[in-house]
Amino acid sequence: MEKKAKYFGYSITRDRQIDYDANNHDICKIIAKAEPTLNLCISCGTCAATCTAGQFTDFSLRQVILLLRRGETKSLENEVSKCMLCGKCQLVCPRNVSTRNLVIQIGKALYDKKLSAETVNTK
Amino acid sequence: MKLEGKRLIWQDYQKEIADDHYFYARSCIRQTFFPGAEAVFVKILKDELGKDIHDEQHHTSCTGIGYHSDVVPFDTTMTVVARQFALMTEAGYENYAASCVTSFGLYTEILDTWHHFPEKEAQIREYLFKATGREFTKPKNLAHASDIVYKFRHQIAAKAKYKLVDKNTGKPLKVVEHIGCHYSKMFPHKGIGGAEYPYVLSGMIEAWGGEVIDYPERRHCCGFGFRQYLVQANRGFSLSCSKKKFESMEPYEPDMIITNCPGCPMFLDRWQYALSEMEGKTYGENHNGIPVFTYEEVAGMIMGYDPWEIGLQVHQVPAEPLLDKIGIPYDSSRKFKGKNGEDLGMPESPSYLKFYSE
Repeated sequence: MEKKAKYFGYSITRDRQIDYDANNHDICKIIAKAEPTLNLCISCGTCAATCTAGQFTDFSLRQVILLLRRGETKSLENEVSKCMLCGKCQLVCPRNVSTRNLVIQIGKALYDKKLSAETVNTK
Repeated sequence: MKLEGKRLIWQDYQKEIADDHYFYARSCIRQTFFPGAEAVFVKILKDELGKDIHDEQHHTSCTGIGYHSDVVPFDTTMTVVARQFALMTEAGYENYAASCVTSFGLYTEILDTWHHFPEKEAQIREYLFKATGREFTKPKNLAHASDIVYKFRHQIAAKAKYKLVDKNTGKPLKVVEHIGCHYSKMFPHKGIGGAEYPYVLSGMIEAWGGEVIDYPERRHCCGFGFRQYLVQANRGFSLSCSKKKFESMEPYEPDMIITNCPGCPMFLDRWQYALSEMEGKTYGENHNGIPVFTYEEVAGMIMGYDPWEIGLQVHQVPAEPLLDKIGIPYDSSRKFKGKNGEDLGMPESPSYLKFYSE
């Protein structure tokens, strides 16, 4: 019989520590290969400052790149879906990072990862 | 663990600890949490080492918990502490030994305040005299009880019957040392080894045959934090701090945890029960927890004292697996018997954490 969790009148606060060892860094490697200009990014935030979606929501391409480099795949998936692919960020980037292609490649890599996970599960 | 650098740091933080004639101030909460600990300390010092220790019965709380919970003003706290010093002076002692880390931190803080603000000391002397007619001399030497056990760790090791060694494999036991925050985080020079790498418990573990584990969250607070625990709704913060520590130490498979603070053994012990009931998770092998002890209890254990005489049965995480590992004999039928054989009553068995009875 399954034992029931006891409630003592308080709960456990989940840890917000970023565990680099436990995170998945594969996607970052895949993207860096597919769009090498990712390595030029200096996280200056010009992309986020000019972003139209960012004017009305909390979306930030700078954060997307940060999450990508940290390997926080789940948060990355939520964030990257907010991009409208207008390409304004690419026009202003001082390092000529191909940001639009970067977002497309992230979406593709996440999709491929999901697809391969499903294939493994159905086998 | 790479010891070279740490030894250099330890050398920078050495303090003078009196050799004999201690005025012992007990802790409010230790006597109820782990009643055997202070008794063992007094016994070892008096009977084994032949030291003079005055166990004062008229001293009160230092008000530390009230002070750190913002319900007792600092002036009141200082006056109460001044009374403790007056009792020491009246008893004819100069070396103050505090059992509690919170008290030790508070005495250090007060002596430092008086050093920088002598007018405050004069005012407190006046308050004390008006209220009680007492006068006092400041302690010549202030030490925490763990400092004293650290000082005599090799003498204790020489008299010990057992070592912190696995009797089956002959390998040293893996021990986590946890230092109370107020021991040296506020005044690093008042603790042995400083704030980053306190050596007080590591020294004991090494001298008694164990191996110290250096894990990522070693210096993290146990989570007691006074206000975090005193308000029921805030206890989640306290619990989460301990959980962070357990998760960090778990991969190193520790055999035991040694602490030198009143709150830490309580919370590291009891929260293992709470976490097991809430999440079904235990941090030791085969649904055992990681046993948590005070340094005095460990000293008593290796000296060969009866585990039930030194109060190991009041720990939530059972000590039996560790006693078996070291090879310390115990009588299971006497676990829940009082001093004269009276029945103390059997506690309720936890749902997940392994429970040992007769």
